[in-house]
Amino acid sequence: MAQAHTAHDSSHGSYSAYLIGFVLAVILTVASFAAVMAHALSPGMALAAVTVLAVVQIVVHLVFFLHLNTSSEQSWNLMCFIFAAASVIVIIGGTVFIMHDTAINMMSR
Amino acid sequence: MAHEATMSPLAHADDHHGEHHESPNVFGFWLYLMTDCVLFGAIFAAFAVLRNQYAGGPSGKELFDLTNVGIETAILLFSSITYGFASLNAMAKNKTMVLVWLAVTFVLGASFVGLELNEFSSMIAEGNGPDRSAFLSAFFTLVGTHGLHVTCGLIWMVVLMVQMMGPQDLSERMMNKLACLSLFWHFLDIVWICVFSFVYLAGVM
Repeated sequence: MAQAHTAHDSSHGSYSAYLIGFVLAVILTVASFAAVMAHALSPGMALAAVTVLAVVQIVVHLVFFLHLNTSSEQSWNLMCFIFAAASVIVIIGGTVFIMHDTAINMMSR
Repeated sequence: MAHEATMSPLAHADDHHGEHHESPNVFGFWLYLMTDCVLFGAIFAAFAVLRNQYAGGPSGKELFDLTNVGIETAILLFSSITYGFASLNAMAKNKTMVLVWLAVTFVLGASFVGLELNEFSSMIAEGNGPDRSAFLSAFFTLVGTHGLHVTCGLIWMVVLMVQMMGPQDLSERMMNKLACLSLFWHFLDIVWICVFSFVYLAGVM
């Protein structure tokens, strides 16, 4: 039981876990703003950099703040998240693809 | 795990597993958050389509003040870690410190909403409200929906703080409520990552 309790405590965070997550989040956020505000990258490259940094930061928040992990206790949470994330990718990707195609065909751009 | 197999289902149901397993309430709230995630996905999709439809109006480059966005981002990040400190104190059953950290989180969240309302009102005052162009309609819908969620989180936080006041200890029920609000608050921070990346930063490129 004592062991189970320790596992529970660590899966729900500790001061060090929150601080590590916070420091990583700050670094990623600053890098994201710097990539755009420094004007050193072309718009395409800057957008790619911001996208990658955002995805990494989302993972950092999920792991350190929302305590999502691959343990058996969390498997349903993780499965639901993967389903929701897949739905979001289909919604956004599909919408952008179809509306772009429509705009091209109707010469509205 | 072994003792679970040896126990009858009834005994298992009576066993207080709340300490070691996530409560069904918290899992149910997680499911709600996933539907909220799809809602935001739909609004982001609408924004992605309309982000260049300026109708002769101003673009993001002319409207967005990245310093303001940076301050808002910093405030939300700090409020995430202060809520984390409240959660840790709740697990240590230190109710006074939970209330203190929740109050700090509330102040940070309220200043975020204040900055956002300030930004919105100055944009509307300059004639760049949601009725100016499709881009601005999508912008106000997306950022406004996030701001509305944060406002709801603030109201919820006040309710929990009032419920916690008094001599009683932190109950299992209260721990579950705090866990749900924790998920909600950290989830809104994740949505904000997408907002500052794909609305503000991508808008000024």
